[in-house]
Amino acid sequence: MFRALHAKQNVQLTIGLMIGVFFGFLLQKGGVTKYDVIMGQLLLTDFTVVKVMLTAIVTGKIGVHLLKSLGRAELHPKPGSFGSTVIGGLLFGIGFGLLGYCPGTMAGAVGQGSLDALFGGIVGLLIGVGLFSEFYPILEKKILSKGDFGDLTFPRLFKMNHWFLIIPLAAGIIALLVWIEISGL
Amino acid sequence: MEWLSLEQWSPYAVGVGIGLLSCVAFLLSDKPIGCSTAFSRTSGMIEILFRGQKVGEKAYYKKFAPSIDWEWMLVLGIFIGAFISARLSGDLRTEWVPAKWSATFGDSVFLRWVVSLIGGTVIGIGARWAGGCTSGHGISGTLQLAVSSWLAVICFFIGGIATALFIFHVV
Repeated sequence: MFRALHAKQNVQLTIGLMIGVFFGFLLQKGGVTKYDVIMGQLLLTDFTVVKVMLTAIVTGKIGVHLLKSLGRAELHPKPGSFGSTVIGGLLFGIGFGLLGYCPGTMAGAVGQGSLDALFGGIVGLLIGVGLFSEFYPILEKKILSKGDFGDLTFPRLFKMNHWFLIIPLAAGIIALLVWIEISGL
Repeated sequence: MEWLSLEQWSPYAVGVGIGLLSCVAFLLSDKPIGCSTAFSRTSGMIEILFRGQKVGEKAYYKKFAPSIDWEWMLVLGIFIGAFISARLSGDLRTEWVPAKWSATFGDSVFLRWVVSLIGGTVIGIGARWAGGCTSGHGISGTLQLAVSSWLAVICFFIGGIATALFIFHVV
């Protein structure tokens, strides 16, 4: 681990910016900053979003776990609960279907000139996260903590070595992508 | 360098690129790529402008301080990177109503604005409720084999597909 590098705050801000620039460039080149492409995915007529995401997951999954095996990276899985992950996830989905962008692709959409993403999406998103922070204490107490399972990962859940999950899962995802291509989706 | 000005790259090339970028983020910054907390921090910064420093006392802003951090710079970078990409391919143009929207709902700017504002608000609530978005859960979390992230991304798409089919085919 590059601990000294991780501790340099200003350098980190610059690295964050650079990673963002490459990320935004790739998202726009992939077409996934476009409303038409994202809605095509949600209407199940255009599988570009799924192709990008699944390929990124396979590549990243193998890469990050290799870095971990080499002692160069640590995992940071997010904690979850049924009250937070399932209800929040479904709410997110409803917003996703109405808006046609997600928080990251929305920043990219603004960069390519989509005004609905700027004046609708970004403004709405800021209102939404503001409302959430206002009601967070009560939501935390009543809903978010229900059915808490912490930062569980599948290797810990199934008590097995992560490579025994990563390799079959990667093979399954690649098979699914090949099937999507063959079906002409 | 002609490939830099292509309008669209293969989704598989883009996916491999994003996967490698995730590895770089873990290696150089010890951080998974994510986007939605940057908006919480921004919302907090805006609230401070209007209501003063006491805003920082709110429980949620104790968790996610209203200040510029790595992820905030990442989101700024996404905007810049997409701008460069669109500029190079001639894809850069201001547009209020996307083609797919206008084919079904007409070209009213007001209607598109209202629906995107509502959608943005709901997605903002949902992203912080679920503790992540399509990047943080959908890519960074799933690649770490996190149970929460696989569950979240399945719910994102169930909600998204149901809503999209409903507004395009029923309404």
